[in-house]
Amino acid sequence: MREAPIVIVRDLVKTFAARGASLRAVDGVSFDVGQGETLGLVGESGSGKSTTGRILVGLEAATSGSIRLFDQEISPASGKAALRAVRRRLQFVFQDPQNSLNPRMRAQDAIAEPLDVAGGLSRAARNDRVRELLEMVGLPRSCGDRFPHEFSGGQRQRIGIARALALKPEFIVCDEPVSSLDVSMQAQIVNLLLDLQERLGLSYLFIAHDLAVVRSISARVAVMYAGSIVEIAPRHELYTSPRHPYTQALLAAIPRVKPNKARAAVVTGELPSQIDTVPGCTFHPRCPFAFERCRAEKPKLREIAPSHLAACHLHDVPA
Amino acid sequence: MAQQTLLSVENLTVQFRGDAGWVNAVEGVDFAVRAGECLGIVGESGSGKSVSALSILKLHGRANTRYASGTIRYGGHDLLTVSQRRLRQVRGGEIAMIFQDPMSSLNPVLSIADQIMEPLRQHQGLSARAARRRAVELLEMVRISDASRRIDDYPHRLSGGMRQRVMIAIAVACRPKLLIADEPTTALDVTIQSQILELLRELQREIGMSVILITHDLGVVAEFAQRVVVMYAGRVVESAAVPALFERPVHPYTEGLIRAVPDPDADVSRLATIPGNIPDPSTPIAGCRFNPRCSEAVKSCRTEPPALADAGAGHFARCPPRIAAGRTA
Ligand SMILES: Nc1ncnc2c1ncn2[C@@H]1O[C@H](COP(=O)(O)OP(=O)(O)O)[C@@H](O)[C@H]1O
Ligand SMILES: Nc1ncnc2c1ncn2[C@@H]1O[C@H](COP(=O)(O)OP(=O)(O)O)[C@@H](O)[C@H]1O
Ligand code: SF4
Ligand code: SF4
Ligand SMILES: [Mg+2]
Ligand SMILES: [Mg+2]
Repeated sequence: MREAPIVIVRDLVKTFAARGASLRAVDGVSFDVGQGETLGLVGESGSGKSTTGRILVGLEAATSGSIRLFDQEISPASGKAALRAVRRRLQFVFQDPQNSLNPRMRAQDAIAEPLDVAGGLSRAARNDRVRELLEMVGLPRSCGDRFPHEFSGGQRQRIGIARALALKPEFIVCDEPVSSLDVSMQAQIVNLLLDLQERLGLSYLFIAHDLAVVRSISARVAVMYAGSIVEIAPRHELYTSPRHPYTQALLAAIPRVKPNKARAAVVTGELPSQIDTVPGCTFHPRCPFAFERCRAEKPKLREIAPSHLAACHLHDVPA
Repeated sequence: MAQQTLLSVENLTVQFRGDAGWVNAVEGVDFAVRAGECLGIVGESGSGKSVSALSILKLHGRANTRYASGTIRYGGHDLLTVSQRRLRQVRGGEIAMIFQDPMSSLNPVLSIADQIMEPLRQHQGLSARAARRRAVELLEMVRISDASRRIDDYPHRLSGGMRQRVMIAIAVACRPKLLIADEPTTALDVTIQSQILELLRELQREIGMSVILITHDLGVVAEFAQRVVVMYAGRVVESAAVPALFERPVHPYTEGLIRAVPDPDADVSRLATIPGNIPDPSTPIAGCRFNPRCSEAVKSCRTEPPALADAGAGHFARCPPRIAAGRTA
């Protein structure tokens, strides 16, 4: 039996004011992440992945919805101290190690910054911890006094990961951590994240737009489109029997090194910029299977097979 | 049927002025593109793909760049030494180029109409009305719906995919013989990428042009190119027909790179890696530039710079040990 999830998100909504109108960047998102599990979150740019991740770690406030972290309800009513205690157990790894590291801060100080903010460590203990962290992410213990520009892109991402690990978190939101890296560096970082997970029992929300990378690291995968999760399933299931037309289109569009026989057709059109103005299923303007009901009614995410949820009228089972 | 060579780059070395003198960004680069084909140039960042491509039209800034060696053979001439007048004719007319970021080539304060019409009036001497009509046709040709209305939009009103379509429309306006596309889909989402690549393939057929498709994405090359050149640290390390390269890579770097690509069709977790980091071109490495990362390096690899050698059946690789071992087609 699976243990209780450490992250439970229900009906998360985030609206931004954009040129007078309101933009629903996240539009009713629900998911769980289990202890030691990786949930992959994929979708095209603008689909709301980063906003979802940022809300989880407290970098952004939700407009509505509920979040339970480590069995504790997170809401504006939660006390500051309770929030701080929970936040320590959660960290964030950014896409662009180039921009997320202060160029004038040595690697050791960037890594130690969360420790310094938290306080309570002697100088010697702090420096020991930094060297330990460097080693954990596969960097030489001695490279701490170098500045970000003296490292390669892959090494800078290792520093970002070391920094995220400093406070011994249990859950890390990785937002496109390998998207700006070359293939050979990307593979190294994916493997590092897998090693750390095994060693430290970490759970990840792994955000990426590259479905192939997500398959390599995730246990389950959620697909986002225009602010909503349209499909979520264990990885094997999602990649071998995708049920939502958008998931099928995404998988079909990946250019492959090894030819794949059974590929769906490529979709036309683009992600809508103003989600509010698309009635019904937000994917209907691009969907090859759209029918009358799709233009009027937004499909709900529902279980279509064990542990496999999709939001598509094609898979509605009459109640 | 042997296709004719349209353009060939031979022994191209390009240097940039650095803090410590001139540095080779690319060295001894050789490749040829045949009439009507799509040639892929693939490699990780900094491997010299863009520097090679920009050299074809001599687009590098003059002050800090030196074409230290090489010939770019096209139409019986060397583009590196032809007159400025001839070069201008070739640019934008016979050989066109598109880039990763269309915004960097589009003028934000001019409408799409103005930007497409400008070269039509200049190169083809069309009247304003004729140029506008032709511009709408071109937008339709790149499958922009509602073209006669969209043409008056400004670039910022368009999505990244639409902007790239506009750039393609401008590039193909004069029906070029060669289109150089430098990472044209790298900034785009995967469904938009496949739309743009499909469009390029259709236009290539319609116009009968050749395409040099530059990308870091091996999958893009595998699906869209007929032949491919692999670059590493400023050099061509392998070139072959696409099926041969992906089925039987000769160079250890090519093989490692192909294996490191995550497979969307398999539940593999730990990915194959190439150890170490991508070297900076200013870092001196004796012998084979890949030797510090190569598990098969032998003594001579650390001293002798390897030549690009024939591995049989039109397959070339810069790895003497592998070639000697006959790991070829
Ligand atoms: N701070 C913000 N203000 C206004 N709009 C925002 C802000 N952050 C994100 N958005 C918008 O919300 C949508 C989702 O963005 P994001 O979560 O970054 O998507 P993704 O990470 O999937 O690319 C986009 O349309 C984006 O422009
Ligand atoms: N204008 C320039 N000045 C100095 N160095 C340059 C310039 N353009 C490119 N380089 C260097 O030349 C090498 C090859 O770059 P490039 O061709 O852009 O690589 P890529 O394969 O990513 O397109 C890189 O190391 C890059 O830093
Ligand atoms: S609900 Fe309708 S439009 Fe939406 S994905 Fe399903 S079939 Fe397509
Ligand atoms: S020449 Fe030597 S070092 Fe270079 S790739 Fe071949 S075996 Fe490896
Ligand atoms: Mg994002
Ligand atoms: Mg480039």
